Amino acid sequence: MPAKLWFVLKRVLQVVPVVLAIAALNFLLLHLAPGDAADIIAAQSGGASPEFVAELRRSFGLDRPLYQQFLVYIARLLTFDLGWSNVQQRPVFDLIADRVPATLLLMMTGITLALIFGTLLGILAAMRHRRWTDSVVSVLALLAYATPQFWLGLMLIVLFSITFGILPSGGMMTIGAVMSAGARALDIARHLLLPTLTLGLFYMAIYARLMRSSMLEVYTHEYITTARAKGLSEARVGLVHAASNALLPVVTLAGVQIGHLLGGSILVETVFGWPGLGRLVFDALLQRDLNLLLGILFVSSVVVVLINLAVDLLYGFLDPRIVHK
Amino acid sequence: MSALLQVEGLSVQFPTLRGDVAALEDLSFEMREGETVALVGESGSGKSTAALALSRLIPESTGCIISGRVVFEGRNLLGLPLHELREVRGRRIGMIFQDPMMALNPVFTIGWQLAEPLRKHFGLSNRAARDRAVELLGHVAIAAPEQRIDQYPHNLSGGMRQRVMIAMALACRPSLLIADEPTTALDVTVQAQVLSLIKTLKDELGTAVLLITHDLGVVWEIAQRVIVMYAGRKVEEGTAAHVFDDPQHPYARELLRAAAFASGEGGRLPEIPGSVPSPFEIPSGCCFAPRCTSAREICYAALPPLKSTKHGHEAACVLVGAASP
Amino acid sequence: MTALTDFWRKYRRNHTAVFGLLMLIVVLIAATIGPIIYPADPFDMVGRPASPPSARFVLGTDVSGRDMLAGLLHGARVSLLIGFLASLGATLVGLIVGAIAGYYGRAVDTILMRCTDFFLTIPSFILAIVIIAIFRPSVATVTIAIAAVSWPQVARLARAEFIAHRDREYVLACRALGMSDFEIITRQILPNALPSLLVVSSLLVATSILTESGLSFLGLSDPNVISWGYMVGVGRTVLRGAWWMPAIPGIAILLTVLCINLVGEGLNEALNPRLQRR
Repeated sequence: MPAKLWFVLKRVLQVVPVVLAIAALNFLLLHLAPGDAADIIAAQSGGASPEFVAELRRSFGLDRPLYQQFLVYIARLLTFDLGWSNVQQRPVFDLIADRVPATLLLMMTGITLALIFGTLLGILAAMRHRRWTDSVVSVLALLAYATPQFWLGLMLIVLFSITFGILPSGGMMTIGAVMSAGARALDIARHLLLPTLTLGLFYMAIYARLMRSSMLEVYTHEYITTARAKGLSEARVGLVHAASNALLPVVTLAGVQIGHLLGGSILVETVFGWPGLGRLVFDALLQRDLNLLLGILFVSSVVVVLINLAVDLLYGFLDPRIVHK
Repeated sequence: MSALLQVEGLSVQFPTLRGDVAALEDLSFEMREGETVALVGESGSGKSTAALALSRLIPESTGCIISGRVVFEGRNLLGLPLHELREVRGRRIGMIFQDPMMALNPVFTIGWQLAEPLRKHFGLSNRAARDRAVELLGHVAIAAPEQRIDQYPHNLSGGMRQRVMIAMALACRPSLLIADEPTTALDVTVQAQVLSLIKTLKDELGTAVLLITHDLGVVWEIAQRVIVMYAGRKVEEGTAAHVFDDPQHPYARELLRAAAFASGEGGRLPEIPGSVPSPFEIPSGCCFAPRCTSAREICYAALPPLKSTKHGHEAACVLVGAASP
Repeated sequence: MTALTDFWRKYRRNHTAVFGLLMLIVVLIAATIGPIIYPADPFDMVGRPASPPSARFVLGTDVSGRDMLAGLLHGARVSLLIGFLASLGATLVGLIVGAIAGYYGRAVDTILMRCTDFFLTIPSFILAIVIIAIFRPSVATVTIAIAAVSWPQVARLARAEFIAHRDREYVLACRALGMSDFEIITRQILPNALPSLLVVSSLLVATSILTESGLSFLGLSDPNVISWGYMVGVGRTVLRGAWWMPAIPGIAILLTVLCINLVGEGLNEALNPRLQRR
């Protein structure tokens, strides 16, 4: 499959300049902040003489010309050195690495849920076009699309944790208890339920509406009439022939929204105390830890780039026409 | 021998923002087994509407109203419950459309699409259906069918795609093939091949063919009987020989004059003055009267009924039977 | 004038859009006139903390004893102001970038689009957080931050519109007449691109309000103004006892965003009629 291999290689190589650009942006933001690392340390130690601050600067290499500092910055990034968090007294990379799995779990579950249920609802609405099912789905989607995620999370906690008491109100697992692997997985799943629902509902609404309009457009295509002329059931025409063509724009959109999803996870993790990157952002804000914030910006951007790459490749395999372009 | 297909008073109305439009008005004709009938007319004459209306393939979302009777193999298709109609579609009636690129689903292989009616109507397994599909591809003169079967519509040329459509329509050996402008979207050189393929297959399988076209050359090649349509109504019907030699309706006469010119008689292209009436402004009386050189007062007053001359040759004109000018 | 009445006739056909417009007018009135009629300072601690709705305080008081209704009315001003301004800023920047990229094409297009796509890759919410954290939260920085992360989507749309129009015959005719590029862009193509831009811009107001409320929930709002998101964030601490405290401002956000979305979609149907309509 030489065409497909070339396609994969080309896409992977396109990632490199993007990551460099992200690093450049980070660097720029770092230097836009009033005061630098030397000032922060000086402030933390309760004020210091100008000479001391100058000496600190020299030791950090902050007195060198900007382009040199940038090269040093890039070199550090290649060794996964994202700087030091003065507040938490640990390397930024370590702090982030600890939290990434939890966020990935939440995000992946959230978008999978949103895609599956969103597209199914969209298909249902399109196949029941102009009947009450369609109206109900459309109205619910409109409401979900307008709901602030942090508020939704709080309300779900009120309903399910406080009032009904059937789901935990925060955290990723029950601490302290010793469990078997299976029980642990179940425990995490219970904790995952509300955050995933909160995160995913917004996107479910988007995908439902997009799938619905995509299906309605596809229904005007001639091959739908051909499928009916073959004597296929309306269910098969809709679920197989129409949906397979209508799905492509939804998958594309989902891929593009990974960045948006990361942003949403900040709010959701904060509300539910989910120990992920989002919660780390909140902590960094509270503690005014700029190094950590920028490190998270960098890592999340790179994650988005990698996921976009994966989606691009997936898209290439889904639509047989893409690879040949 | 009773007719394979009896169409009685078939009418199709569409609601539009400017009122109801009759796309097809009171069409009646019969077809016997193995017969080839051509439905001829310009665009807007209602011929494609008729083709789709026979097995109720006009999408419901258009809000069309179909009235009349379509008795196929003894049953009125217009009154059949949907699940029974689906047994007829594809199995007893096959259909091919004008643009095979649009009429084939782009995301499935041609083999999979070809096998679909076989799986549905005959319950064949995937393996068996696939083998049969390879056979069918060979039957429509597609070279190397074992490789082609896993290709996608965009991998094939226009002529090959149309062959696939023919194979798909005839897969279940239906007794009626409806071909809606099967050669219009093809190159001239390919047109002849596809036409001859249809001829060969219909003779082999004994399939009746209802051919929708505006190309009189195609009619001459393949049709036994001709029905001429104008502004949604049938204006003439007879054997191909009768209609071509001695057209009774002024419109049919003009059509044949233009066709004769096209086959190289030279001189000035005969024009029919005026244009086809808009479906919102169908004149009372004969629809063709405003453009007819032989129009009388009576033509504008009332719709001329179908009058026959020789056996089976009829036309909707008051001048039928009078000496030709 | 007939264009306007024509547009209104088309808009009027969509009942939900009209409903949304009415709701939006209510919100706008509440935001502008509300704090004048009900001049309580939302920061004043005037009552017993966390008291439920009563005759004196129609919506109760918050954790520190501040009047919830005052907070709601003042918050409306902040949210709507930031929402509209951010959307306006994003639209202007996006329009300029997209128009230039779409009209001139080739190298200019490639460079500008690489920039735009780059900004689309960076998670916008995190970037907004970083910008506000660096420059300290205020109404200005929040507005600029939201605009800075929203312009790329407008740019893409504007570019698509300008690409579609730049090779049309009327543009070629204008060029043949000797019109300058600037004139063609602003006076010929732009009016044609305006409907789509208007729709995106109005939907952007809604997302900006959601973003702003999220930011203030996290504590990144101007400390001198009350914002709905801030009220929800503050009310979070008493979720168990007084759930209505975070609930009410959240409902305000929901309704405002909902009606703006309805209006935006109504605009879309009125300005960009699809061919298939019954």
